[in-house]
Amino acid sequence: MNVIELTGVSVRYRERKIRSLKEALVRGLKHPKARLVHSLDDVTLAISHGEAVGIVGPNGAGKSTLLRVAAGIIAPTEGVAVSRGSVVPVLSLGAGFEAELSGRENIFFNGALLGCSRAHMRARLDEIIAFSGIEAFIDAPIRTYSMGMVARLAFSVATAIEAETVLLDEVLAVGDAAFRRQCEARIERFVRRGATVVLVSHELEAIETNCSRTIWIASGRIEADGPTAEVLARYRLATGSIGREPRQKTVQAPV
Amino acid sequence: MDHFSAATALGGFVERRNVAGRPLRLTDEIRDIARQPSLLFELVHRDLTVRYKRSFFGFFWTMLHPLFLMLIFVVVFSNLFRFATPHYETYFLSAYVAWNFFAQTVVNVMTGVAWNGPLMKRVRVPLSIFTLSATLSGLVNLGLSLLVLVGIMGITGVPLRPALFFLPVSLLLLGLLTLGVSLALTAVSIFFGDVREMVQAGLPALMYLTPVIYPISVVPERFRWLIQLNPLVSIIEIVRAPIYSGTVPPVHTVMIATFVSLGSLALGWMVFRHMAPRFHAHL
Repeated sequence: MNVIELTGVSVRYRERKIRSLKEALVRGLKHPKARLVHSLDDVTLAISHGEAVGIVGPNGAGKSTLLRVAAGIIAPTEGVAVSRGSVVPVLSLGAGFEAELSGRENIFFNGALLGCSRAHMRARLDEIIAFSGIEAFIDAPIRTYSMGMVARLAFSVATAIEAETVLLDEVLAVGDAAFRRQCEARIERFVRRGATVVLVSHELEAIETNCSRTIWIASGRIEADGPTAEVLARYRLATGSIGREPRQKTVQAPV
Repeated sequence: MDHFSAATALGGFVERRNVAGRPLRLTDEIRDIARQPSLLFELVHRDLTVRYKRSFFGFFWTMLHPLFLMLIFVVVFSNLFRFATPHYETYFLSAYVAWNFFAQTVVNVMTGVAWNGPLMKRVRVPLSIFTLSATLSGLVNLGLSLLVLVGIMGITGVPLRPALFFLPVSLLLLGLLTLGVSLALTAVSIFFGDVREMVQAGLPALMYLTPVIYPISVVPERFRWLIQLNPLVSIIEIVRAPIYSGTVPPVHTVMIATFVSLGSLALGWMVFRHMAPRFHAHL
């Protein structure tokens, strides 16, 4: 069974967005056709249950957009996107956090955003707090946390949720070395338990360790899709990188 | 630990199809909201607690605000203008709490776009749930304001009459009307940022065009039809009647109010469902 199916999916944006009604009235009459930017261009792929798929590609290639369409967060401009079962996207750590609420309250809030009930979260509360390693600050408001602490807590919540499909976007790019190792252990656990995992990362080793299949995206199109070893060999040749790429992607500030 | 326990906890298997250019479907949206009652609860909880945490008087601000306004209006209107309305404070407050709920909610959903926008882009949730939760938190605040009003009625000697049992119906219709307007304004303000300013500028004018602070009888006969065109009039009336007059509102007023609130909801949802698939490009 395919848990994710994209058929002829394109996502386009207007190059210049109209932000106000006033602007719409003035500009809409003058320039009926605005230039469009392709974020994804005619992408067709299927991911079946239990697969571990890595996604690589330069910044701005459309990897994050691909995950968002797959998760059903954004609608394609063209084509059809189908997802089956519970799909949990972890797109930017701390995206669902509320600055004024405490860490503990945010665990429940974030859990609910990811589709889990209060009872479900309460059963996992101790484990989540322990894994995040910030027991001492758990009742302080999130706004007092450092970015690293936010990321730890967010990852701890996101991975305590046992979805059938997990979409992870650049989660390895934050935190110190110890935290990265913990993250990798959690990803391995997902894979081991038979969940479908889609991992977007510039850490090619992480993809090599966890994913049997890799998709290479460039300029919104699928450049290659196949066994990890083959695709990464071609990718490394093309980008001239031997190990990990320089980590350029900035981490989203908590909201 | 059973790995798929979460899936069953979520209510079983779902297939989601996102077809380009297709507006949201009501059945999908209701299913998604119903599947996650905890999300709705958490959003309302967040709306209420964060709001109170941020303000100095906290929880009491919701009550202080109408009380303070009531003082002003009671002084200005019952003493200076002499409307000769007995128990003016109850007369005014019974309509003002309803108006305040409407106006506050409409503004809150639009300012909430900045707050919830990042969530709409990063988490898969039914998009209308933020508007729904803001309306529900507004209703909670309205309930608290009504408690204050009951206190004031006790002090000033206005009796509580059995017609109050009709009030939940009035509040339901008020809630549906507000939800409809809020859905439309959420969608439009995501596309056009200046709509919020326009609405905020227009709301005070709308309040004076609605018989909230004055009885409709002070409007000259020949202009009264104009005021009657305001869809809020019948809604305000059915909230006020059971509290202030202690009567169940006349059937034709209830029918107009029902028509107005269901119409608003249908229209608001139509606007929302067509605009929602393109929200992400504007957030």
